[in-house]
Amino acid sequence: MARTALPGRLTWQLARVVELVDETARSKSIVLELPDWPGHSAGQHVDVRLTAEDGYQAQRSYSIASSPEDEHLVLTVERLEDGEVSPYLVDELRTGDEVELRGPIGGYFAWEASLGGPLLLIAGGSGIVPFRSMLRHWAAGERDTMARLVYSSRAIGEVIYREELMRLATEDGVELHITLTREWPDDWQGHRGRVGRTLLEEVAWPPAAHPLIYACGPSGFVEAVAEALVAAGHEPGRIRTERFGPTGT
Amino acid sequence: MSPISRGFTGRRRPVADPGRVPPGQYVTDDFPVLSAGPTPHTPLDEWSFTINGAVEGPVSWRWEEFIALPAETITVDIHCVTKWSKLDTSWRGVSVDTLLADVETEADYLTASSDGGYTTNLALEDATDGRAWVAYEYGGEPLHPEHGGPARLLVPHLYFWKSAKWVRGLTLTPDDEPGFWETYGYHNRGDPWLEQRYQGD
Repeated sequence: MARTALPGRLTWQLARVVELVDETARSKSIVLELPDWPGHSAGQHVDVRLTAEDGYQAQRSYSIASSPEDEHLVLTVERLEDGEVSPYLVDELRTGDEVELRGPIGGYFAWEASLGGPLLLIAGGSGIVPFRSMLRHWAAGERDTMARLVYSSRAIGEVIYREELMRLATEDGVELHITLTREWPDDWQGHRGRVGRTLLEEVAWPPAAHPLIYACGPSGFVEAVAEALVAAGHEPGRIRTERFGPTGT
Repeated sequence: MSPISRGFTGRRRPVADPGRVPPGQYVTDDFPVLSAGPTPHTPLDEWSFTINGAVEGPVSWRWEEFIALPAETITVDIHCVTKWSKLDTSWRGVSVDTLLADVETEADYLTASSDGGYTTNLALEDATDGRAWVAYEYGGEPLHPEHGGPARLLVPHLYFWKSAKWVRGLTLTPDDEPGFWETYGYHNRGDPWLEQRYQGD
């Protein structure tokens, strides 16, 4: 596991909401203006803190969706029905509101050109968010490594960044594979079913190509994908994972 | 002072004893999994646990030897830096005091190393005196690989990234050497009651 140090102290700051973008019925992108953003690496996250009138506070982590080159910091948040912070961010937050946040946090689940590739990104559901940052960063650079995205979603209506991903594929050369696991349109040309050994053999580079692999999504999704990759012969040290949500075990 | 988030009330779950929940944490009944890479699956007949570094002579146990060591059952609250806390978790394992009983050292720190390359650092005083274990059972069952099995470090008074999964050894060191997440900007000690999440907290 290679490492790079990330010095400095993370102080809370107030970010102002300048725009809200509906991504899907359950997710929104929050475009933020910060007085003093130190910059970030593609793939990092932030902590968001909310405060109720009686002083009660709740904190959660959210992946950064914007690339280091972007003017504004963008978070994309999916509403968890039994959640505490995400329903507020998706349903209640308005343009002009302020939210407290600090970051950037993390640094292992991050990509920059010096890490090379070929870059294989595997997303389940809202696990796509840090990959938007990575792919925008990749597209803004020299593109001297290939980039491929495998994105698993329950249905076409739940695909976040659909138009932007199509643009990244057609204009920037990202190799895009979307698989739908629960329902698909009659004329669906993409993949169907979960990301497992069979689909990976079809769409992933072979282990001999030494891809640098990132997998992000619900815990069970990431566990299954990482197991399938290792079983197929990919080097565990080239597989970086980020998980969220319950496991049931 | 944090400004009020307009319209935020929170969905507070009643907690029997709020005094057990550190600042910024929420209680979950679930047991989330976090890891930087794939889950290793080291067969027990290839597993060993080693104490080395600044010691008179390294010691090592094979799996059968390790589980034959005097074990303890521990019920503790655990706190993850990603904000969840889980109360009354029950573990069985060997205390680090037992592992260090016959080890001669002048070291003040240690680095725990795991299958998969993960490391984390601890002051020896955070790992001894009944404050740390190498646990191989959770809830009366063998520890599940996703949760760090066959064996993980258990240091419940610090954020849970210090409780290295898939732990295979402790290297005693005279100086404090930051581990994996500690190098990526996480706090060097990680006391949840002081909310030491990140560098400088």
